[in-house]
Amino acid sequence: MSESVDRAVNAMKEQIDAPIASYFSSCVHCGICADACLFYTETGDPQYTPIHKLDLMKRVWEREYTFAGRIKKWLGLSRNITENDLTKWETLVYDSCTLCGRCSLYCPVGNDIVTMVRKMREAMAASGHAPEGLQQASKRAIEIGSPMGVTLKTLEAQIKHAEKEAGMEVPLDKQGVDYLMLLSSAEIAQFNEIIPAVTRIFHEAGVSWTLSSEAFEGTNSGIQIGSSDIAAELIQRIVDGAQKLKVKYVISPECGHAYTALRWEGPNLIGKPYPFEVVHIIELLDQLRTQGKLKLEGKDETRQTFHDPCQMVRRGGVMEQPRNLMNMVATDFVEMTEHSLMGWCCGGGGGVSANERAEPLRRKVFSKKREQLEEIGVERIVTACSNCRNMLEEGLEDNNMDEIEVVGLSEWLAEYLVTSSPRAAGDDS
Amino acid sequence: MSSLELLTWARGPALQAALVIFIIGMLIRVLEILLLGRKTDLTRARAGQMGPGLRTIFSRSLPVSGTWKQHLSGYLWHIGFIVVLLFYAPHIQLFKQGFNIAWPALPTSLIDIITIVTMAALVFSLSLRFTDPVRRMLSTVGDYFSWLVTFLPVATGYMAFHNVGPDYTLVLALHIMSVNLLLVVFPFTKLSHAITFLFSRWYNGANAGRKGVRV
Ligand code: SF4
Ligand code: SF4
Repeated sequence: MSESVDRAVNAMKEQIDAPIASYFSSCVHCGICADACLFYTETGDPQYTPIHKLDLMKRVWEREYTFAGRIKKWLGLSRNITENDLTKWETLVYDSCTLCGRCSLYCPVGNDIVTMVRKMREAMAASGHAPEGLQQASKRAIEIGSPMGVTLKTLEAQIKHAEKEAGMEVPLDKQGVDYLMLLSSAEIAQFNEIIPAVTRIFHEAGVSWTLSSEAFEGTNSGIQIGSSDIAAELIQRIVDGAQKLKVKYVISPECGHAYTALRWEGPNLIGKPYPFEVVHIIELLDQLRTQGKLKLEGKDETRQTFHDPCQMVRRGGVMEQPRNLMNMVATDFVEMTEHSLMGWCCGGGGGVSANERAEPLRRKVFSKKREQLEEIGVERIVTACSNCRNMLEEGLEDNNMDEIEVVGLSEWLAEYLVTSSPRAAGDDS
Repeated sequence: MSSLELLTWARGPALQAALVIFIIGMLIRVLEILLLGRKTDLTRARAGQMGPGLRTIFSRSLPVSGTWKQHLSGYLWHIGFIVVLLFYAPHIQLFKQGFNIAWPALPTSLIDIITIVTMAALVFSLSLRFTDPVRRMLSTVGDYFSWLVTFLPVATGYMAFHNVGPDYTLVLALHIMSVNLLLVVFPFTKLSHAITFLFSRWYNGANAGRKGVRV
């Protein structure tokens, strides 16, 4: 056995716990999970069957943790994992899985397949079988502080820009406020309208908040590549930043995987509970709505829909909130046939969009979203994840559907905000 | 050994041994899972996990998102198998002898039809393993073996019921032997999902439930 195979097998052994053992024990090889996964439905290629992506881990489980498997091992009948296997499964585990979690809803025996893929990536990363793009992103995240190489300088420039746009100060490193807002790389570099938008909303709602110069990045490439060590370090930076500013809450940005990392993995990664609470920005906006602090005016008659970011909705439990918010101003809000819990992924989550090798496949499987959109014929898609947004824009362009507008929910709502203070000159929204 | 001796042995010592292996094997299977344990989740739960976990044990029996077609043969043979096992008069007689409990039986003509449907569904499931690319890829020797040991009791039971073959006693003995075989291999094949699905569904439902997601 080569050293990297050794590392992979050991990492798998570390990841196998009672739930994983129950999943492998229960699988009846019925293949129903294939119908849940857009990589299968859009290509018809059986190798993309979700549970097949876990075949190597299954072999390890069987050999090490079952009675029958140990007898087989003793008789010399078990199949060992080879370097070739790892290379083959690398593309199955990274290029053709967005960690969207749809398969975990389909399996009749209840296997939480996405949790297994997440764990399988630990073994792949540990043995050096992770895609180049994700390795680079993780390296930049650790060294520069952001997977896209966004620095504090970039943020400061965006803050200046946002202050002009919003006509008010964007708080940075303010101590003792209630909320620390995080941003995703893409929001700082690309979709920076989010900064003036939340600044205005929080101002009107009376939310005391700040950005931090030490903890501004919410994106967590450690989760995507499957390295708990990297993920933990990135989480620890946020925890330190939040503690320094003594905030009560940390706001996850409009980025699904940032939310999963921060809200549902973070404390387990660093091994202790947080001294603060985590809310997704959409969750917070909905709280403000119920408290009557989010005052919007005007109605939008555009035919539009909401694209569910998998990690926020199906994997994160923020499902009703975006709909409540949309309904505040949209008069023609239509749902895609399969939405919310059953929503289809944009095709680029879980690090797939950062993995160049996966690009042709990712663009191909966008056909699912295209089909869904064609069915309802909308002029706008609202979403709440900067990665989904990127993927949707790209996919629509590929399919000559770029007359459909893609917007982020927070900034879209900010357009309808009842404003008490005068806005900066030159702003025409 | 005469047919009668075989029958006596099959439903006597052989059945007892098979039951012991079944029970000990299933215990091993369950312990294999539970002893691995699970780390405490340190994230702040949005909701409890007990309710959603229990709910998922039941709710996951229903197909999602229009997959009923893929589920159809599975439903038919699972239900058929259980109904025939529990509601065929001679089976109830056995439960009465063994555990001193009994319940009303279904008419034998109905049992007959259900048995045919069960066999047909099982054959259809098997044919999918050969023809459907996904199932063909996923199938292992264990799957075919599991299919066989599930099919044999139904087929031999049907044969005994219809007096197929010259020697009824022998067919009945073979029927019971096939049940014994099923019991023996049950814990060491995927057939054990009949018990372990309780855990997998619970873990899945509980994990999602604490996030406030209803799966
Ligand atoms: S998580 Fe999504 S992309 Fe990954 S295997 Fe499951 S359905 Fe497919
Ligand atoms: S749906 Fe579940 S039981 Fe069926 S093959 Fe997939 S993981 Fe296994």
